[in-house]
Amino acid sequence: MQALRPLGAEIRNEFPILEQQVKGKALVYLDNAATTQKPRRVIEALSQYYERDNSNVHRGLHELSNRATARYEGARERVARYIGAASGETIVFTRGTTEGINLVANSWGARNIGPGDAILLTEMEHHSNIVPWQLLAQRTGARIVWAPVTGDEGLLDMDAVRALLAQKPKLFGFVHVSNSLGTINPAAELCALARRHGVATLVDGAQSAGHMPLDVQALGCDFLALSGHKMCGPTGIGALYGRADLLEGMPPWQGGGEMIARVNFESSTYKPAPYRFEAGTPDIAGAIGLGEAADYVDELGRTRICEHDFELAQAAYERLAAIPGMRLLGPRENRASLVAFALDGVHAHDVVSLADEEGVALRGGHHCTQPLMRKLGLVGSARASFYFYNTPAEVDRLVETVGQIERFFRR
Amino acid sequence: MNLPELYQEIILEHAKRPMNRGVLENATVTVPAENPTCGDEVTLQLRVADDKIEDVRFTGQGCAICMASASMMTRAVKGKPCAEAGALFRQVHDSVHGKGEMPKGEIAAIGGVREFPQRVKCAMLAWRAFEQALQGAPSQTGITVTTETPAPNAQI
Repeated sequence: MQALRPLGAEIRNEFPILEQQVKGKALVYLDNAATTQKPRRVIEALSQYYERDNSNVHRGLHELSNRATARYEGARERVARYIGAASGETIVFTRGTTEGINLVANSWGARNIGPGDAILLTEMEHHSNIVPWQLLAQRTGARIVWAPVTGDEGLLDMDAVRALLAQKPKLFGFVHVSNSLGTINPAAELCALARRHGVATLVDGAQSAGHMPLDVQALGCDFLALSGHKMCGPTGIGALYGRADLLEGMPPWQGGGEMIARVNFESSTYKPAPYRFEAGTPDIAGAIGLGEAADYVDELGRTRICEHDFELAQAAYERLAAIPGMRLLGPRENRASLVAFALDGVHAHDVVSLADEEGVALRGGHHCTQPLMRKLGLVGSARASFYFYNTPAEVDRLVETVGQIERFFRR
Repeated sequence: MNLPELYQEIILEHAKRPMNRGVLENATVTVPAENPTCGDEVTLQLRVADDKIEDVRFTGQGCAICMASASMMTRAVKGKPCAEAGALFRQVHDSVHGKGEMPKGEIAAIGGVREFPQRVKCAMLAWRAFEQALQGAPSQTGITVTTETPAPNAQI
């Protein structure tokens, strides 16, 4: 086994994009919750595929098609291993977390959710885990029930969750790590509670997949959706894990080539899962890139990444707290790799625009969690989100810059 | 111009202490406006009589550029005949989109957004609401105006 590579400053040379200046200053990229940067290894996997193996999968009889198919299916196995799934047959390639959730809502949801049924979601969901269910509810006459977020620190109200699960909603969808608070929800406990009441579970793993060890069997979830681009992989590719027996019972949601067994003029029969859910030529290069990213992140070690990111986020949290007029969101402890904040009287977009002038890339706004922001009484917040290539020196730049912005507006 | 220069003293002053902020009694027209992606919200109220803007107020929240622009706009149009105020809107609108000079006076400071295309929509939100108000959006039930494209108002 090779020696563990150091994280932080010493790994930055594997990320070509980080070696640049923005507005004449060294780029400090702190928008990793939106998308992470890509290591050279993933970029090369994409170009190698196009330069050597490019072909369509599953139906060619020639050498290139065989290679492309082997690499595409190999990537499925790599993703399965990455999240502790028993086999690649439980992994559907999607465009990302959003499409994974839409797939569950449209396929599993259409078959299992009817008029009057409840769909339980939390108040800290991303729009991607709200709107697909609203669309389904409108179509079927189901209703959405909200598990409250409580207290200044933005934790899930576990007593309320227990009571709501006892009313037997059909499905409980929740975000593993909140992109706007940094809250880490107790996913295994939530899945166990849901299972006790026969409630299916869907975990939005967009923010957790690249940042912490994930084992869908240990979590005990029925579905988990993730995005490749938030874990060093390409954009436009993601994966949906589904429990094998559930996937097998689900109808197709998009029709076309690749997903059929036999097509007649009158009707068609479909391939088994996961192929039934992958109509048309898939994003072959993207899947291969995702598989490469999964191996890359795994080799670095997700426990170490988690610790590294937590240290940076915690340091940022403590030091930003010392700035006058600062309101920090999310839990004080046990937080994920991000810090969201609001400066009294200063709009998040002003903070982000001025930080950009200093070469510091932040995110500002409602972070696709408008209902939560309204509940917190905020128009939006600014957010710094970290990954394993960020350094303590970048936390210094962040704190310095936000301090300058505060003074600028107080002058 | 660099970005901190856009945030001139006059802009910061208006953003911190906006003029004409609050609810207008006896408004004849009310226009809510919002930019959904950034969350800026301005509700503009006018009292129009005899083709003249007798009074104007706004509520809402947004970034410094948005608030300062709303504040300056209300100050500029208050008491003006509608036609004259409409011409002012047109001049500001054209100028921030690169055509012609800004009007003289404090409003000129808003012209700085020209060089920051992403912030034009912040500066124009209250002005768009004003344009809509001049066209006579019905009181209290005006449609929501936005300066974002494409129109993101589809109801879900």
